[in-house]
Amino acid sequence: MVKTLMQESQPGAAPKVLSVAGLRKAYGGTVAVDGVSFEVARGEIVGLLGPNGAGKTTTINMILGVLEPTAGTIRVEGLDVRRERSRALSRTNFAAVYAPLPGNLTVAQNLRVFGLLYGVARLSRRIEELLAEFDLLAFRDTKCGVLSSGEQTRVALAKAMLNRPHLLLLDEPTASLDPASAQETRARMRRFAAGGEGGVLWTSHNMYEVEEVCDRVLFVSKGRVLLEGDPKTLPAEHGRDSLEELFIAVAREPLTLVAGGVA
Amino acid sequence: MRAGRAAAIFLRQLYLMRGSVARVLPLFAWITVDIVLWGFITRYLNTVAAPGYNFVPALLGAVLLWDFFARVMHGVTTAFLEDVWARNFLNIFASPLKISEYLAGLVVSSVATSTVGLLVMLVLASAVFGLSFAAYGLLLVPFLLVLFLCGIALGVVGAAVVLRFGPASEWFVWPLPALVSPFAGVFYPLSTLPLWMRGVARALPPSYVFEGMRAVVAGGEASWASLAWGTVLAVVYVLLACWLFVRVHRHVVRTGLLARYSAETV
Repeated sequence: MVKTLMQESQPGAAPKVLSVAGLRKAYGGTVAVDGVSFEVARGEIVGLLGPNGAGKTTTINMILGVLEPTAGTIRVEGLDVRRERSRALSRTNFAAVYAPLPGNLTVAQNLRVFGLLYGVARLSRRIEELLAEFDLLAFRDTKCGVLSSGEQTRVALAKAMLNRPHLLLLDEPTASLDPASAQETRARMRRFAAGGEGGVLWTSHNMYEVEEVCDRVLFVSKGRVLLEGDPKTLPAEHGRDSLEELFIAVAREPLTLVAGGVA
Repeated sequence: MRAGRAAAIFLRQLYLMRGSVARVLPLFAWITVDIVLWGFITRYLNTVAAPGYNFVPALLGAVLLWDFFARVMHGVTTAFLEDVWARNFLNIFASPLKISEYLAGLVVSSVATSTVGLLVMLVLASAVFGLSFAAYGLLLVPFLLVLFLCGIALGVVGAAVVLRFGPASEWFVWPLPALVSPFAGVFYPLSTLPLWMRGVARALPPSYVFEGMRAVVAGGEASWASLAWGTVLAVVYVLLACWLFVRVHRHVVRTGLLARYSAETV
């Protein structure tokens, strides 16, 4: 029996769009993700932070069903990604710098193909909305491969919003954007979360951005969640002046940090 | 299965074909060369061989049917390889698309592209070299059906090989039909082959098609029972090929090969 969204939620708490429990991924003797558990609620933006190779992208790949966990469960609105992959992924979408859309299709063609894959209703209208929202009208018939990296990122974000996802995974979504576009993207994602329809899991190496956007952050190191909390108060709780300092401490001296205080 | 998702794969292929000479030309260029080359060879053979035997339906017909089989196979693998070339696996397989829908999309793409090739070959072979398909009668339907199913099966196997072993294994997929042809008896009766090769031929559905075709050309009758058996075998191979693709997909998801596909870690 599939647990429903409401069955999983605590009374009064925002319903969970993503529930990850005991997630582990091992490649032979190498453990990439080691017992990670967390949740993302509707209307919430959760930052998944950590140094390169910490296990963030591995975690995202497992949530997207393109990598099978060694152990643990992933549920999107109560749907087990392993058992009900298609239904779970129809409520999910993502944008990542390492997954650009095919460069040999135009912006409109890519949005139409992926709109069909995600079963988007009234697709033509939705494409027009997104072209306008992401300032892509001028590039409608331009092949994605000739766009600048920033423009390609906007196309990837438009594709990520096609199905009005309940769970949105953004892996460094502003990495290729100029400051103005990055600010606009952050504002757009804040509006999306504030709309209350979906939750966002966001990875970034820009700590100022994380502080501005995220409601909650998870610091991951060597496949484990080391710290969790409000990005505005977490540095002080661990004796650091800023989130960036805390990030550097997690990256360089993870053993000096424990959840809830300074070791 | 949702038809819309399979249609997305076909639509992608249609978009890529539109305005791409590099994709449209191969649909008929090489098979045109084949038909022209074998057309003249058969004309020449008709002038030097004993009167009474017509090489056109025997050899040129065989070339046409074999090229159709190869086009069907390449139709599937080419549609799959578009995702390899565009590094699109993450976007495709992280969508709600089911493997059955993906494979259905590849098959529909192949139906469209191989139909173009077949029509070009039919027109050229009949208009220029006088190949008459009336000679095969209704048997042309099971001939094409068996070859189509077999082409689909081989195409899906080719896609599974590339999915498992990485982009560089593409070279292995293109000559697959050539690997099958000596056993299938495309140009000679199976009785020409040594016993062990005949054993392999019996497991290959195209061999029943070409034996049947030669029987008809020689004035005899093709065995409907053999063709029915060839069809059953071809259906079994399609199912086995799809099973193989599903298994390979599970393997690459479990081992992480899909997520780091370009690394080609076996």
